Amino acid sequence: MAKYLLTLLFAFSCFQLMAQVKNRAKSKAKPVAGLAVSMANGKAIYINHCLTCHQADGGGVPNMNPPLIKTSYVTGDHTQLIKVVLNGFSENIDIDGESYSNVMPAHDFLKDREIADVLTYVRKSFGNKGGAITAAQVKAVRAKNIKKAAIKNI
Amino acid sequence: MTLSWLTRIKKNYNQINSMKSTLFKWVMILTILPVSLMLYALKPGSEVVPDTDNGGLKLPAGFGALKVAETGARARHLVVTPQGDIYVKLAKPNKEGKGILVLHEAPNGKAELKSGFGTYGGTEVYLKNGYLYASSNTEVFRYKVNDKNEVINPDQPEKIITGLKAGRQHETKSFALDNDGNIYVNIGAWFNSCQEKDRGLHSPGIAGCPILDSMGGVWQFKTDKLNQTYGDGVRYATGLRNMVGMDWNQQNNQLFVMQHGRDNLNSSWPELYTTKQSAELPAECMYALKKGDNAGWPYMYYDQIQHKKILAPEYGGDGKKEADAKFLDPAVAYPGHMAPNGLLFYTGNQFPAKYKNGAFIAFHGSWNRAPEPQAGYFVVFQPFKNGKPDGAWEVFADGFSGSPEKTAAGRADHRPCGLAQGADGSLYVTDDSKGTIYRIIYLKK
Ligand code: HEC
Repeated sequence: MAKYLLTLLFAFSCFQLMAQVKNRAKSKAKPVAGLAVSMANGKAIYINHCLTCHQADGGGVPNMNPPLIKTSYVTGDHTQLIKVVLNGFSENIDIDGESYSNVMPAHDFLKDREIADVLTYVRKSFGNKGGAITAAQVKAVRAKNIKKAAIKNI
Repeated sequence: MTLSWLTRIKKNYNQINSMKSTLFKWVMILTILPVSLMLYALKPGSEVVPDTDNGGLKLPAGFGALKVAETGARARHLVVTPQGDIYVKLAKPNKEGKGILVLHEAPNGKAELKSGFGTYGGTEVYLKNGYLYASSNTEVFRYKVNDKNEVINPDQPEKIITGLKAGRQHETKSFALDNDGNIYVNIGAWFNSCQEKDRGLHSPGIAGCPILDSMGGVWQFKTDKLNQTYGDGVRYATGLRNMVGMDWNQQNNQLFVMQHGRDNLNSSWPELYTTKQSAELPAECMYALKKGDNAGWPYMYYDQIQHKKILAPEYGGDGKKEADAKFLDPAVAYPGHMAPNGLLFYTGNQFPAKYKNGAFIAFHGSWNRAPEPQAGYFVVFQPFKNGKPDGAWEVFADGFSGSPEKTAAGRADHRPCGLAQGADGSLYVTDDSKGTIYRIIYLKK
């Protein structure tokens, strides 16, 4: 019974979230149609490739996966941000004062457009108010990107 | 120099006077203390009182709970001595640089911070045969205790094990002790499933998973030998991804462990697993270990819905193909990703008879069930009979998260981690999120 209620509750909150995104997409559809499309595509990519670790609310998992809410990476320099997605991330450094033990795999299999969209979605969701990332920016970073040998688990 | 004879004499006189009054105080205390203790002893039942809201916990009828202390630190495992001291191992040293806290309980059950020692973070702490054992993420130490179970030289532990490998993930070194002078240490694998690109999309498993020579299993060492490392120990059991909850079963003299099952079935293999399957699978397994056992990680996982050992997708599996039958079967399989962080065989007499020699398991709570609702954040009871699991598990203590919504979202207020049994048979639970220490007591007699 409790499980059933939980599922219902979850389904309901998902529905609300979807409705919200739809509304937002609608309201912005006229002036910036391109952005609305980016946001919708970016959200789909986020669900498939990022949500499992960074969670539906972008809040991450304490001590494991960092939040994507107003972190210095998300709000900061686009080159560094694009590189996190291209190369994955497992540095023994603190992110805004906290350390995280999990390993983020490389997402270089995503196309330039897809990386631009997912980062645009991240930079404009979860309370973030950053600017969009373009496919051209991703392309430029990828061209100069020196691939790291392997993810560090140590 | 300027003190005259007179003032000096007066000072001495005052000192003598104040000494007298302290003496008087001590005499008073020494007479009142035994009398009041006698009165306490005469009072029927225990004077430990549960909090009016049971510390926010939901418990079976007849049980109550209190918040013993708020440590404000990431409290992992703990030990409670018969003298009412509580040793709490912290994941990271606190602001004062202490990795082990010592609390002391008042008769009403509430505890105050007494001291701290140990400069290292970690998870495990264990008291046995006159020694307190504790681990960092690469070493195990022991401290001699006096007849009151107080650590004699907190700054001079004996290093019994050193040089253990630790990665970014699964780095903590839980352990358990048997009755023959051996210590069993978890050395977690620093991978999810031994992939070429850890947690990567479609990334295959590394052939032969070479890291199994030094991690992904339980190593056996001696409790009383100094500076042991891999060469001095025995790889007691292998094919175990990572364990945080471990305990020695006294009834059949056997090591039991709770494995943290693999993650990311859907995100690494979206064509083979739906998000729903990936949330439920694989099982979090309890294993009863014997020397030489192989539980099959990373080549297989246990599917608690099909009741089968399934070949891992990184090694050619498709969600259906069965794994080599030689791998060890779990003793019990629990739902996926709930992260069992504490295991305790209950040997006390306070709780009703059905709990005796059964297992309590603290499930830290999931994250890898997203986008499905998260689960766990509770303490489970697993009935046992003659040292073997016997019957269905049940949720024993719930409500740590704060609400069903917080559980579903994975945004829990408190996350159960370590378990300990008090001398009177109370069950203690740590929370490594806010650092609350809980004590669960049975009220009906
Ligand atoms: C398997 C889990 C996992 C997946 C999948 C994953 N990440 Fe991460 N991510 C992490 C971890 C862990 C870190 C931090 C690593 C560290 O501390 O070294 C991180 C770091 C980051 C950071 C920089 C730190 C911060 O919090 O701002 C960003 C940005 C980020 N991830 C975005 C993404 C995006 C976008 C995706 C999807 C395309 C994604 N991640 C997929 C686990 C994951």
